[in-house]
Amino acid sequence: MTVRFKQFPGVSLSEEDFRQGKVLYQMDELKAEYAWDSGIAIGAYLAGLKRGVILGVRCSHCRKVVVPPRTVCEWCFRPMEEYVELPDTGTVNTFSLCYITWDMRRISEPEIPAVIHLDGTSELGPSSVIMGGILHKLGEVDPKEVHIGMRVQAVWKPAAERTGAITDILYFKPIR
Amino acid sequence: MSDRVAIVGVGWSGFRPKTPDLSYKELMYEAAVRAYADAGVDPRRDVDSFVTVAEDFIEGTSIFDEYVPDQLGAALKPVHTITGDGLHGLATGVMLIRSGIARVVVVEGHSKASNLLTPDTILAYAQDPVLNRPLRLNTHFVAGMEMHRYLYESGTTREQCAAVVVKNRRNALRNPLAAYGADLSLEEVLFGPPLAWPLGKRETAATTDGAIVMVLAAEEVARALRQDPIWIRGIGWCNDSPSLESREWGNLPYIQEAAQMAYQQAGLRDPWNEVDVAEIDDTYAYKELQTLEALGFCGYGEAGSLLESGAFDLDGELPVNPSGGSLGVGHMLDATGLMRTLEAVFQLRGEAGAHQVEGAEVALVQSWRGVPTTSGAVAILSN
Amino acid sequence: MRKVAVIGAGMTRFVRRALETPKELSWEAARMALESCELTMDDIDAVCFGTAPDAFDGVHMNGEYASDGAGGWRKPFMRSYVGGGTGIFVPIQGWYHVASGMFDVVLVVAEEKMSSYYPHAQAAFLTIFDHTTERPLGPNLLWIFALEMNRYMSTYGLKKEDIARVAVLHKRNAAAHPCALLGDANITVEDVLNSEVLAWPVQRLDVSPVSDGAVAIVLAAEHVAKRLTDKPVWIEGVGWHLDTAYWTNRDLVYPRYVEYAARMAYEMAGIKEPRKEIHIAEPYDPFDYKALHHLEGLQLAPRGRAIELYLDGTAERDGDLPICPSGGLLGVGNPIAAAGLMKIAELFWQLRGEAGERQVPGNPRRGVAQAWGDLMQVGTVVVMGR
Repeated sequence: MTVRFKQFPGVSLSEEDFRQGKVLYQMDELKAEYAWDSGIAIGAYLAGLKRGVILGVRCSHCRKVVVPPRTVCEWCFRPMEEYVELPDTGTVNTFSLCYITWDMRRISEPEIPAVIHLDGTSELGPSSVIMGGILHKLGEVDPKEVHIGMRVQAVWKPAAERTGAITDILYFKPIR
Repeated sequence: MSDRVAIVGVGWSGFRPKTPDLSYKELMYEAAVRAYADAGVDPRRDVDSFVTVAEDFIEGTSIFDEYVPDQLGAALKPVHTITGDGLHGLATGVMLIRSGIARVVVVEGHSKASNLLTPDTILAYAQDPVLNRPLRLNTHFVAGMEMHRYLYESGTTREQCAAVVVKNRRNALRNPLAAYGADLSLEEVLFGPPLAWPLGKRETAATTDGAIVMVLAAEEVARALRQDPIWIRGIGWCNDSPSLESREWGNLPYIQEAAQMAYQQAGLRDPWNEVDVAEIDDTYAYKELQTLEALGFCGYGEAGSLLESGAFDLDGELPVNPSGGSLGVGHMLDATGLMRTLEAVFQLRGEAGAHQVEGAEVALVQSWRGVPTTSGAVAILSN
Repeated sequence: MRKVAVIGAGMTRFVRRALETPKELSWEAARMALESCELTMDDIDAVCFGTAPDAFDGVHMNGEYASDGAGGWRKPFMRSYVGGGTGIFVPIQGWYHVASGMFDVVLVVAEEKMSSYYPHAQAAFLTIFDHTTERPLGPNLLWIFALEMNRYMSTYGLKKEDIARVAVLHKRNAAAHPCALLGDANITVEDVLNSEVLAWPVQRLDVSPVSDGAVAIVLAAEHVAKRLTDKPVWIEGVGWHLDTAYWTNRDLVYPRYVEYAARMAYEMAGIKEPRKEIHIAEPYDPFDYKALHHLEGLQLAPRGRAIELYLDGTAERDGDLPICPSGGLLGVGNPIAAAGLMKIAELFWQLRGEAGERQVPGNPRRGVAQAWGDLMQVGTVVVMGR
């Protein structure tokens, strides 16, 4: 490549070029709106959250219990119809201390996203690489004390304020 | 084509303007289960590769590819997305099989158009962001301009375009999958509300929800799976300029080229006499006429009078859109090409019921990705 | 199965903000690739195009919009899409175009302009998460990497100062790449460890930079390739696999989708012992730990032990298995789809002995390039040899 090519295209611009108006641009703000049908399985999950219950689902074929619910087991391709009420406790599978918001603004107190392996769901092990984990955040905890394997429990919004959304759980906190 | 590829299973779900009871995943699952049962295959065991056609802005999800595998039985298998029409997906399935890397391929397309609350805004994002979008024109203006130029160059009349709507929505009355069957008069179409003059609102297909899944197989697998595989004898696709400033408006050179590619593979020389049924673009009524000409079924400007003579009716010389087309079934976004292929499979199997074209042996399917694109594809199928 | 060769390659510089539009970047790379094998657009039968989320460009059906820049005018044109894995998928797409017997010469273009998104391209990634069960939590793209990195480090007891060696080697390698954005011959482990914490354990210099750029290659069927060049580089194996979308149901410690993709490609290439039969590896390295993860998935190191390749010098340009001699995404830059195809271009130049200052010694005969994408989910692998 360097044998053949001496020059490579691509002109690099700096913030200064924009500030001084050396380059022109067109601004547009995208305002697309969607209302996604939640359907059977996620519909049931959201209804469960509204009444303060986390619903999982069991495969009648391989007996795995997973969350969030779905109408088909992706491993057996058999229908999943047996809904299971799960306890709102679990174990931290992994976590991060995040000092950046979703749009890259810096924050001083970190958000703590975690994958929480819920009790009563399938576990990782020699025979399974599948578990019932969900993404949520941790709260009421010193960031320095969070560790993989920590036991946690959901902190719910008051019943009257729940809307049937994942945010009906405010966060998970350590079980002391 | 020498290495023959067949459609051995088809499945569908939805085909209604709204499907509030099912999520997109559940809609896909229902179609997939039907297709696998139809083909007699187990996706976990028998399918080598999966292809989905989807666009992020339609789904409201970036990298929609992520959410494809589970409901198709494709988890931890070769899966990829083509951002194209269903016929592009079908062509991809054909290439995968002919390359030898897969013997059985599943192609999926779906529409959850009812979940788009701002469909016109989303479509506007397909316009050139610097040159066109700042003019803040509803994107259907592109179809209005194209129709106007087509009428001007070809001598086709507005009445002839309106007659496409009358025909297709009447055909839809015979098709239980069609959402928009109607018995309209020519006047009701012509004097209906305008959309982008000369294009009327009733000449524009309304959207519908649905999912379609097809199972493709190499010849020896196809013959082992069923008595009546439907062969994909040729498939072609092409793009013209995406720029509104430098495209041909009266003609469809990309459809001409896609058709030539498909015809050459299929060894088809005389489409009028060799094709028994055609499912082609009617996103806007004029498109059906303009497309028939680009496909070489007749000379430029001749499709309108042929239509008026009844040649394209269900019992005519060349039935066009016996399903009801996009005008009658509903527009299924990028699943449209698969919606038309589904109808062609029904016709070639003799399973089309009240809208069956007697003795159909060769079907032509064509699709266009809609405004503002110049992207289209053509397939020739036979039983 | 028809044999397919890479016969030409070209690329733009990878920069933070390019003056050129996506169409212009695409065309510049395509033009160079064509020139490199002395072809023109008239010789091209079809075009395959790769670019990652439309959200970056704010253009719906971005493939259609960019098609003329990529040479798709009056040609069969298709865009394939597997998220971050696209850069290594689009050459696979080109491969099956040619291998199917439907086309003899195919132009493959991958382009990304991430700088258009305001205020920062990362925000576009919010919409990769499930719209109902995850997006309301306000997730950040870095979360998922940090969660995976933490799981990987904790399971195997890996140290940050060891993982930082990956970033150091790749950025040093990139110093010899004329298109690189972040090449640095003098960077140290301390620089990485002292960089700003973004989402612990991820720090600024663990991450590749968002960039603008494009890469193109030309593929040809055997009979054409042999006529056009005496140094064809063959695509010997291709593989891709997509794992379940339910990423929180999986153990993030190991990328089995990469393993499955690699096994598919190795089987096609007739490779039984990858560690012995592969001479250069270009694993996907948007984050330093991810190169390790992927080397394990590629069966080039036992699980949890890929770091040893860096600690004992194996990974260096003159080591036993040079890793990312290009400089990788960490050094050259990460315009998503283009970054993947850059790895294919690198193998092409390396295997032809044309990599100049970056040339791996010892006449390497075979290389593997890999990309990853979606929700910790897709592996795309290409094996090339001469």
